[in-house]
Amino acid sequence: MTAEVRPLCKPAEYKSDIKPVWCPGCGDYHVLMSFTRAFAELGLPPEQIAVISGIGCSSRIPAYTSCYGFHGVHGRSLALAAGLKVARSDLTVVVASGDGDGYSIGGNHFIHACRRNIDMTYVVMDNHIYGMTKGQPSPTTEPEFDTALSPGGTGLRPFHPLVIALASGANFVARAFSGNPNETASIIVEAIRHPGFSFIEILSPCVTFRPDEKAWKDLVHPAPVEATNDPGKASRRIMTDDGFNIGILYRGDRRPYQLHMGQASAELAELEREFET
Amino acid sequence: MGGRTSISVAIVGSGGAGTLTAGGLLLEAANAAGWYGILTRSVGPQIRGGEAAALLRIATEPVDCIADRYDLLVAIDWLNAHRFDAEITLAPTTLVIGDPRGGDAPPSVTAAMAAGARLIDIPMKEMAKAMPNGRANMIALGVTAKLLGIDRNVLSDLLRARFGAKGKAAVEANRIAVDAGYGAAAQIDLGARLDKPKKSTSKRWLISGNEATALGAVRGGIRFAAAYPITPATEILEWLAPNLQQLGGTLLQAEDELASINMIIGASFGGVPALTATSGPGLSLMIEALGLATAAEIPIVVIDVMRGGPSTGIPTKSEQADLNVAIHGLHGDAPHLVLAPQSVADCLFTTQWTVFLAEALQVPAIVLSDQFMGQARVAIERPADVAFIGRRLTATEIAAPYKRYALGGASVSPIAIPGTLGGQYTAEGLTHTERGVPTSGAADHRAQLDKRRDKLDRFDYGNHWATIEGDGEIAVVVWGSLTGAAREAVTQAHADGANVKLVAPRLLWPVRPEQFAAALKGVKRVLVVEQTHSAQFHRYLRAHYDLPKDVHVLHRPGPLTIGPAEIHRAIMDWSS
Ligand SMILES: Cc1ncc(C[n+]2csc(CCOP(=O)(O)OP(=O)(O)O)c2C)c(N)n1
Ligand code: SF4
Ligand SMILES: [Mg+2]
Repeated sequence: MTAEVRPLCKPAEYKSDIKPVWCPGCGDYHVLMSFTRAFAELGLPPEQIAVISGIGCSSRIPAYTSCYGFHGVHGRSLALAAGLKVARSDLTVVVASGDGDGYSIGGNHFIHACRRNIDMTYVVMDNHIYGMTKGQPSPTTEPEFDTALSPGGTGLRPFHPLVIALASGANFVARAFSGNPNETASIIVEAIRHPGFSFIEILSPCVTFRPDEKAWKDLVHPAPVEATNDPGKASRRIMTDDGFNIGILYRGDRRPYQLHMGQASAELAELEREFET
Repeated sequence: MGGRTSISVAIVGSGGAGTLTAGGLLLEAANAAGWYGILTRSVGPQIRGGEAAALLRIATEPVDCIADRYDLLVAIDWLNAHRFDAEITLAPTTLVIGDPRGGDAPPSVTAAMAAGARLIDIPMKEMAKAMPNGRANMIALGVTAKLLGIDRNVLSDLLRARFGAKGKAAVEANRIAVDAGYGAAAQIDLGARLDKPKKSTSKRWLISGNEATALGAVRGGIRFAAAYPITPATEILEWLAPNLQQLGGTLLQAEDELASINMIIGASFGGVPALTATSGPGLSLMIEALGLATAAEIPIVVIDVMRGGPSTGIPTKSEQADLNVAIHGLHGDAPHLVLAPQSVADCLFTTQWTVFLAEALQVPAIVLSDQFMGQARVAIERPADVAFIGRRLTATEIAAPYKRYALGGASVSPIAIPGTLGGQYTAEGLTHTERGVPTSGAADHRAQLDKRRDKLDRFDYGNHWATIEGDGEIAVVVWGSLTGAAREAVTQAHADGANVKLVAPRLLWPVRPEQFAAALKGVKRVLVVEQTHSAQFHRYLRAHYDLPKDVHVLHRPGPLTIGPAEIHRAIMDWSS
């Protein structure tokens, strides 16, 4: 018997024919580009990939790929993805989220996904704003940023997702910038290859509600040091950096969540014995 | 004098008295002696210890409910026994056994005594103290077993099986205490005698409703569960966790119910039939995602073991008041399935059937069990096997472009399981086209709403949608765990010459107006029975079914149940 050999897909083949709803110039277009380049580099068949998301501009990404996708409810993508990966460990599971979806309404799942350390990759397109609902502050919005919902700014300290991921047990932590899709693609490739829960924070400008973020392209710079496997060291670096360090910041060696599905040791009929008298 | 077909016993005691252990052993002993029975427990709010009552009914035939009144009340001590006054109704014929050193009997007992009930003192604590490692609950067990006419050897065998692992001394200490109970009761006459057990040929089971639910789930094909612990559903999870693993499945403990329901949606999207179990507070948290599963057409099963509500309510006690939220809680027009088992044994069938329906219809399904059924333990005959196994219509040979939400036909469209080449699609909670592409167009919205309604409405649910028994101008319409009590009331009414029908829908949503009308054909009066404060079931019936002019509603919130005698009285008061 000869197995049919399928030619590897090119990046464009990981894109669907559905036209994105994103505003022209939105950073998320580049994230989509990075996804397709990463998938092609990994040589994964599209039907073996599942892209799972919640709600937000960023969360629209699954349908723009030619992979299996799930566009679920706001904030719950990590939970849905955990169920999928545990049930179907053969699939490559990539979760896409935004700073509102992932850090606010879905914040609890973020902590527990890091701790659970299931083998999947979590990508948050952080634009420091709620894009889809037209410009309200998110957990990563600067305290003085003025919006209709927070006149004069929230006065609140932004949330530190990378440090929280480290403290909670994520096994791979990186920061990327959407404007550098090749670099981002290679970070995604490494994240998918790394066992356990990999977290990538992608700075992805919202040109409509945060035009100031167009300046990010001039602010980002490569991380000055190599990734460490010491979460304490990685946390201290991240706490004190300028927020624009790009690259893989932490590679851990925690044992990923063990997946047992499919290994039966008993017949269904045997289970009722405990009830017999 | 002829014997009785059932006898009811309550054993009460304070924290640490071992009341529930004694109750459990008594049910096992009665089963071993050939009788059937049911054991439910009533416990206080304490996490460990605290007052507890074991409520038993031992019978010559399988029973699904406890009785309205008790023939025997055994108090290991009287501390806090007054807390059970409302739940344990005594009759002038009740025999009460108490320990004179265990505090004062509550006013309910003194009142029953004034009406003729007998109180007999047995100093169980003192007797226990005189024995090495003696336990008063074992003496109470001996007393009760003797009064019921259970052979002493039956109990000796059971004690060996139960305590053998703890060594000979433990078995011996318990045997001595039980024997002392037999001795102390030697001269006491219960005043009622249970008929001899019939010889049964089939296998016997001892099982709780929560265990039966879990077994039904795996028989129906569930291989993935995710859940967050909550009383009184936790036993389902604790049974599933090891047993799913043995079947090559798994249970994931979620961080909360928002996660657990999304986890099972993910697993089911991956092609593995999936379930979660919870109670009212958890169901409330799951509602948004139930709508997602409805819109994205992902089959899942949610077991709600109802407890007293709203809010945290009464975690340890039963009520049927989640009916409204289960049917109407979802925003938007969101057709889904709601089913309710009708007895402990039926938890197995109904759950298994629900898995089958959810998979066949690609829809979320809620099973409304309750604390009474879930935590009651019964001695029954092995339930018959049924052929319901969840199988979904999958897309295999796929022509491009794949239309996940294709219209037409039976309204159930083939679902592609990830990994299937050419089936790639995005499961979508936004209003979508046949391909699953988000849209806000009126025509697509309407078409998909129609599709999701039609697939449920047009399905042939067969005879299992309801239990319909007997014939007559009066119908008792009931649901869930009160079905057993209603059935007994109907049987008794027949014996009294009244013709009464029992109608108990197992499928609560979608409604079956034609079948319901057929069930009520010729019925002139309807007695609705339910355990809610606001008569939710009655309102539901009014909204969706035609009822005759004459309708009575017997409803009461939990935790007090409605027994067969009370339903019988309501029928007879009316039929005369
Ligand atoms: C339960 C619920 N609450 C609120 C909303 C409204 N909502 C939609 S997207 C969103 C915020 C999205 O922000 P983010 O995740 O940062 O995504 P972005 O649009 O910025 O990419 C909100 C609040 C919703 N869809 N569901
Ligand atoms: S609102 Fe902002 S985040 Fe949303 S699509 Fe437009 S630019 Fe992108
Ligand atoms: Mg955002």
